[in-house]
Amino acid sequence: MKYYDKLIFELSKKGRIGFSLPECKEGETSDSIPGNLKRQSPPDLPQVSEPDVVRHYTNLSQMNFGVDTGFYPLGSCTMKYNPKINEEIANMPGFQALHPLQPDSSVQGALSVYYGLDKALSAITGMEHFTFGPCAGAHGELTGLMIMRKYHFLRGDMKRTKVIVPDSAHGTNPASAVSCGLDVVVVKSDAEGLVDVDSLKPLLDDTVAGIMMTNPNTLGLFEKNIKEIAALVHGCGGLLYYDGANLNPLLGVARPGDMGFDIMHVNLHKTFSTPHGGGGPGAGPVGVSKELVDCLPVPRVVRNDDGTYGIIRSDKNSAGTVSGFMGNFGILLRAYAYILMLGKQNVKSAGRLAVLNANYIKESLKDCYKLPITGLCKHEFVFDGLIDDGSRDATPDSEEIKGVTTLDVAKRLLDYGFHAPTIYFPMLFHQSIMIEPTETESKETIDSFITAMKKIAEEAKNDPDSLRKAPHLTPIKRPDETAAARNPVLTFMDEKNAVRI
Amino acid sequence: MSNFAYFPHTDDDIREMLDRIGVGSVDDLYGDVPADFMYRGDFGLPDAMSEQQVREFFEKLDSKDSKLKVFAGAGAYDHYTPAVIPYIVSRSEFLTAYTPYQAEISQGTLRYIFEYQSMMCILTGMDAGNASLYDGPTAAAEAARMALSCTKHKTRILISRTLLPNVIDVIETYSGYHGIQLGYISEDKGQTSLSSLNSELSKGDVAGIIVPGINKYGVIEDLSGYADAVHDEKGVMIEYCDPSSLAVIKTPGDWNADIAVGDGQSLGIPLCFGGPYVGFMTCKKEYVRKMPGRVVGETRDSDGKRCFVLTLQAREQHIRREKATSNICSNESLMALFVTVYLSLMGKEGMKRVNDLSYGKAHRLYSGLLETGLFSDVFHRPFLNEFTLESKIPANELQRKLMDAGFFAAIEVGEGLVSFCVTEKRTEEEIDALLKTVKEVRL
Repeated sequence: MKYYDKLIFELSKKGRIGFSLPECKEGETSDSIPGNLKRQSPPDLPQVSEPDVVRHYTNLSQMNFGVDTGFYPLGSCTMKYNPKINEEIANMPGFQALHPLQPDSSVQGALSVYYGLDKALSAITGMEHFTFGPCAGAHGELTGLMIMRKYHFLRGDMKRTKVIVPDSAHGTNPASAVSCGLDVVVVKSDAEGLVDVDSLKPLLDDTVAGIMMTNPNTLGLFEKNIKEIAALVHGCGGLLYYDGANLNPLLGVARPGDMGFDIMHVNLHKTFSTPHGGGGPGAGPVGVSKELVDCLPVPRVVRNDDGTYGIIRSDKNSAGTVSGFMGNFGILLRAYAYILMLGKQNVKSAGRLAVLNANYIKESLKDCYKLPITGLCKHEFVFDGLIDDGSRDATPDSEEIKGVTTLDVAKRLLDYGFHAPTIYFPMLFHQSIMIEPTETESKETIDSFITAMKKIAEEAKNDPDSLRKAPHLTPIKRPDETAAARNPVLTFMDEKNAVRI
Repeated sequence: MSNFAYFPHTDDDIREMLDRIGVGSVDDLYGDVPADFMYRGDFGLPDAMSEQQVREFFEKLDSKDSKLKVFAGAGAYDHYTPAVIPYIVSRSEFLTAYTPYQAEISQGTLRYIFEYQSMMCILTGMDAGNASLYDGPTAAAEAARMALSCTKHKTRILISRTLLPNVIDVIETYSGYHGIQLGYISEDKGQTSLSSLNSELSKGDVAGIIVPGINKYGVIEDLSGYADAVHDEKGVMIEYCDPSSLAVIKTPGDWNADIAVGDGQSLGIPLCFGGPYVGFMTCKKEYVRKMPGRVVGETRDSDGKRCFVLTLQAREQHIRREKATSNICSNESLMALFVTVYLSLMGKEGMKRVNDLSYGKAHRLYSGLLETGLFSDVFHRPFLNEFTLESKIPANELQRKLMDAGFFAAIEVGEGLVSFCVTEKRTEEEIDALLKTVKEVRL
């Protein structure tokens, strides 16, 4: 990757254009807008030619790492391969041209995508129906909690204002709960890294709306007491929410619906192969059990008795409307195509191979990196830093040497051509390194990752200074994040436009 | 294990890996999962399709959708997408990247987000913006919550009845669960009523108001006096705006709004049945730390090179958990790239041109429809590319007749009221054909 330092604004030259539009004929233009409503001076956007634009963004792209570039051992992110046929399908001109408010009769093909994907996801997860409004995993969590609250409201059960969240949960869980107007109660993990059932019991009463669980949890451990937990939570009138961020190891293996979960979201950009796009767009459809179907958000696609598809646009029992139209249709197309390619034959390999890859890495590196929780993992696992981080106590002859940190390990991996793992999460450990390989990585790729991790462990002992300054081979070195936050520069500034935050 | 193009494992690979782990079979890796949870069926799935079969499956579905000429807006606008954009956006270095937490290998993503934030500030006349949100309506709902934290100890948000219905629906849903009290500002002849605003403000406890720049009727709202009124009550003004139009109409900054939100779809993003689009949010500098979502900032690396990072993360869920400004932990990054490339190509002049063309064509249709004698203008207010008329033909009948002739037009936006939208993409021939169809509708 080579460093390229331009911003598009710096390529601008008065009089250049990059668009191709017909001239305005005689007649009215926006100049006719009354002066009190009109913009006084045109926006100071860049003036660049089309080749300038293409070269600029191509140069930018070459400073980026993606799944197509190399391996992402990124825990809880499921960075699997993004199939190319899915892109072609999402970009079919017919789908691209559909207005979201067209009459149902003119969009039967599109509606059948919703119906078919609903059926497939429901069968894969053991849920009854899905809503496709949510545009991301966190959006799905918020939507799921809205459904949970609506369910209790409809039963006249107004005092359920608490939601229980394990201390190992993704940060979005408590944040989503607060967004939904719920109070968060944290339940701690036991020595094995699982939800501590004895700590859970005293929290359960008639003010509990439900519990949010990630299974396997963020340590990559299957919550084997889930049956008991489900019985306890249901026993107090609460519901079980399944955070689908970690669904991949169960894809083709087991179904959250069978474990007692009532509501769940699925990250289509994780388990169902749609691209992450540098942070989005994704999609976070939410599935519910039979009792909760009426609470699903609107609009919602249904199949009519005559076999055509229609849209329910309002329903008094619905939790509401969570996005502008019908969710990220373009992402749904990709996920549906992936599921059809998997079919009943390949679906059963997906989760299993992901779990195989994770356990293989764990067993191969546990002599170099601290493994706080031993035994089988599912799709991911967590190390707690290096076993020998190179730290040395002060002696009469030498000063104290501080150890190499997880951050240093992560940054050095970039030099070896890998993305970094998820670091400092979960917060149960101080030096967390969370690794998730996914099923689309070959043994050769994983072996080369293992070799790199072992080399870094050696470097920590022999050349820690170099590790602390890593990465060395990337377009930029470590950025000064403190300065960025202390004096934020959030927009392009030239002398005349300078805005200091 | 099945043999499948996306899974690289050979039988030998699997055996070697199992040996190192020390288990006998892949299913042994699930030894901690209670046996009755191990699903034995086919997950209701059909036989795996080949790539060609999948392509044909979707081509067939695609053929079941009617290909209509779009003369409708209501929050989704059919503007032309220059060829460069899909070419750039589909580059796999952008497409298959993760969130740019590792700045050293994500400068591509970080730089375009920085450019995007800059461009959205230029368009809206605001100081700072975030890296994007899901869509316009959810951005408006997030802004309502942000207004509460900007003002402290207030609980009410006033929203204009002239906002698009889906924007109101999403604000109502979010606010209802979050505990925000909503009040409504009524409309007066197609525009948000200033006197209704003043009377609602006088009830007190108002943290903010949400009003549209261009409203559900297509009317360009005159927002003079709104900011002063709400600032007098120590609340913030949020404007919901169409970013394309801001090249030619007064900006949220011009109206002295505090927060601007909306959907970037009108900046060349294909309709795609409603998504993915991109919500945007910009604000005055004093409110930057109250914003939801990711923000990219400029800094230097250890060699002194200019570079970009995700910043102000102390607002976000992965640091703050339940104390975060929002639960949002992503953005619509690739769609922000889409918008950034669009605005780079269009530039200062192109954005004026696209609005001029749309203005001219929309006014041509407007005059033509009035000439048929089947419509009347009940508002008589300035508009850009979208307008509303009272129709003598029942709205659903009109829409159906137009659909039969290959048009999607005439969205019902009120009792007897229908809206039309004309972008630069529509041709004069198409406009004349639509008018001809209307004239043939018998009353």
